[in-house]
Amino acid sequence: MNAELATADLNLGDDALIAAQRLAEWTSRAPELEEDVALANIALDLLGQARMFLSRAGDEDELAFLRTDRQFTNVQLVELPNGDFAHAIVRLLFFSAYQRELYTAMAGDEIADKAIKEVDYHVDHARLWTLRLGDGTDESHARAQAAVDELWPYTHELFEGNDLRAGWLAAVEPVLAEATLTRPEDGWAPTGGRQGLHTTHLSYLLAEMQVLHRAHPGATW
Amino acid sequence: MYGNDFSEPPEQPGARSLLDQVADAERDLELAAQQDRPTGTEDDYFMAVIAADQKIEPRDWMPEKYRKNLIRQIAQHAHSEIIGMQPEGNWISRAPTLKRKAILLAKVQDEAGHGLYLYAAAETLGVDRAELSDMLIDGRQKYSSIFNYPTLTWADVGAIGWLVDGAAIVNQVPLCRASYGPYARAMIRVCKEESFHQRQGYEILHVLSHGTPEQKAMAQDAVDRWWYPSLAMFGPPEGESPNTAQSMAWKVKRFTNDELRQRFVDMCVGQAEILDLTLPDPGLVWNEAEGRHDYTQPDYDELFRVIKGNGPCNRERITHRKAAHEGGQWVRDAAEAYAKKKAKVSA
Repeated sequence: MNAELATADLNLGDDALIAAQRLAEWTSRAPELEEDVALANIALDLLGQARMFLSRAGDEDELAFLRTDRQFTNVQLVELPNGDFAHAIVRLLFFSAYQRELYTAMAGDEIADKAIKEVDYHVDHARLWTLRLGDGTDESHARAQAAVDELWPYTHELFEGNDLRAGWLAAVEPVLAEATLTRPEDGWAPTGGRQGLHTTHLSYLLAEMQVLHRAHPGATW
Repeated sequence: MYGNDFSEPPEQPGARSLLDQVADAERDLELAAQQDRPTGTEDDYFMAVIAADQKIEPRDWMPEKYRKNLIRQIAQHAHSEIIGMQPEGNWISRAPTLKRKAILLAKVQDEAGHGLYLYAAAETLGVDRAELSDMLIDGRQKYSSIFNYPTLTWADVGAIGWLVDGAAIVNQVPLCRASYGPYARAMIRVCKEESFHQRQGYEILHVLSHGTPEQKAMAQDAVDRWWYPSLAMFGPPEGESPNTAQSMAWKVKRFTNDELRQRFVDMCVGQAEILDLTLPDPGLVWNEAEGRHDYTQPDYDELFRVIKGNGPCNRERITHRKAAHEGGQWVRDAAEAYAKKKAKVSA
């Protein structure tokens, strides 16, 4: 495999893995049981994607459990702490719309072709909830807008080194508009994830995720 | 790839016959539906349907006590699925491999699905799911005592699968023949998935007990802690179980707590041998004359303490559920407000 492809697999595998880890934290904490099922379902899809990408790049467990935060190359968007349900939904909207653009561009790639069917469902789920929250009550609108404002800057990193942003904006902007939410101005654009320069949140996430595996070197499970 | 992809686990005595019983119950349910229904009014009809091993359906007349008793039992069952997400969910973030993480996540997701399914069955009896949720949170309805114990190590995830899900299946397989149709059908579906979960738990323990010395010790410690709480899941012994006689007359329950507990012990002994793990009961011996194992009873004082709310995790479990429910109120309000707006637009 060429080095560029391996790096791409690592990047995409890390994005999906860290997103899955955060989403799985919602299990048993969702606002209704149907959402417990849905969020776990999406987390499971993302974890499946992570496993496929990481397995193509190497040994999935070595890569997931034995690298440090400086070696992970996920975008910062997926590692941010969960926040409230509006944050979960808006992050899912931003991230899954990006994944859809990306996997569409990768058409013909075995993993992307399999994953895009799942991602279509994720985008749809996030879109419907963005509408409900944005155009629901005053409180839900305020929370959804706060989530959009907080997460928007982190979306810039998704489009470094690719030309997917126009398609992404064409997908995301109408959803925000229909949800009566204001699309933020572009400005601050935090970055570094792809170079292993993360927020301070990732180290804690990995400490938890890796603790058992690291406590038993070489064991099988 | 997506979770349930482990290879065939080592032989597990008793597991196959349980699934066969579920299949038998499903077949009998279909046959009973094809028979003519008895004639008669109210109580006569009700008793005749039960005597013929047919199913009472939501449209049928039923005694108020039958309805109430079923609501209590099905709701408690649904609550157990929902609270049961917590002890296992506790290990999703720390599962030792990605495959194990996927399997565990899928399992906990199944539990939410079982809860939904059972709430739907309870709703056919004229009760509202929201009301049942409130009754769980403010302690008016119970959930299984077992989920008030903490999951301290990864091996606990295996022990829960093997012992707790195993006990649940032994308890639920006869319920596949319960006289109330929606409950029996729910149990058939739930049992099939539960038996898969049990196999997964068994496999986790099997890998651990054949792994490093630390892993084996972890597995033994988990079995030591979960054995008696699992035996206590079958409820108090004969004579101390207030609902048993009536439930059996109505063919909701088919066996006493003690009969099911015995069946579970007999099933586990052979499985523990293959796992190469010890069950923590020096009094556990084969009784040749009776054709069953003698064993030491669980500490029922402890069981009653836990049921009354004073087990290790009762407060934590309810606080967690309450936080999720109350913390999600604004989301449910938003969904409702949005649905109303859309209904108005399309009207």
